[in-house]
Amino acid sequence: MQDPAGMEQDSVLIAAVLNGDTASFEPLIARYQPRIFGTARRYARRESEVEDIVQEIFIKAFQRLRSYRGEAPFEHWLMRLAVRTCYDFLRAHQRSRETILTELTTEEHSWLERCVQDSAQAHPGDTGARELVQRALEMLPPPARLVLTLLEIEERPVKEIAELTGWSVPLVKVRAFRARKEMRKIVEKLLKQTNL
Amino acid sequence: MKVGDLEKILMAAARKTSPSEVVPYAFEKRIMARLANPPPLDLWGLWSHQFWRAAVPCLALTVLLGGFTLYSSANPTRAALQNDIEDTMLAAIDQGGETW
Repeated sequence: MQDPAGMEQDSVLIAAVLNGDTASFEPLIARYQPRIFGTARRYARRESEVEDIVQEIFIKAFQRLRSYRGEAPFEHWLMRLAVRTCYDFLRAHQRSRETILTELTTEEHSWLERCVQDSAQAHPGDTGARELVQRALEMLPPPARLVLTLLEIEERPVKEIAELTGWSVPLVKVRAFRARKEMRKIVEKLLKQTNL
Repeated sequence: MKVGDLEKILMAAARKTSPSEVVPYAFEKRIMARLANPPPLDLWGLWSHQFWRAAVPCLALTVLLGGFTLYSSANPTRAALQNDIEDTMLAAIDQGGETW
């Protein structure tokens, strides 16, 4: 939840930018860039890609600032823009999903082995687990990856996801259902291909 | 191990690790510089982008028309068939006239 003082500051800065004072946009970037970087890092691995996404988000925000009506906090408006830009990035950079599975690292493989033998020994906080889940998410098609990230990982309510993505509530539910099914298939493949 | 269990563990792993919010040094300055000096409009890039987008429908249209032409020449219409039969029947007379 954003503090009222911060919201007030934002409105003053936004009004200044809209009146032609471009420099007033800098404090807005400084204030929100950590969150935007955190969001972008969920969808892109390479740091150069993350920086490109963040830059694109802020440039879009600057260009579309006039469309911000001030009814909701600026942060919400910016997050919508961020999520949609990340989704565009996912759609534009769809990698070959089949090849990703065959490239398991030793760490991932050993974590998976430990998990299959005794799930109590495989901690979700291990590097192997983190890398493996990232790999599984990368294999999902963009809508599935986005909806699973927002729903299962960030644990956001369906209504909020609909607002962030611009999809309707039933569409979010349908995509979430399909995404879970696809994730299950990937996990199945993961178990089969690693002969565990 | 059940697939569902592994899936749950993987999702728990994803929830446990929130991505870093570290910002590269003076990143806001970089964006401000970009806003102050927007890159020049790449007309050549725009043109080639549109060109490549148009290439696929053009190719599809070419294949479609090619197929249609081949099909229509392989199956002549009734009128064309009548003319062909007439030409064949009268070929002896036509050619005979020329040789005399």
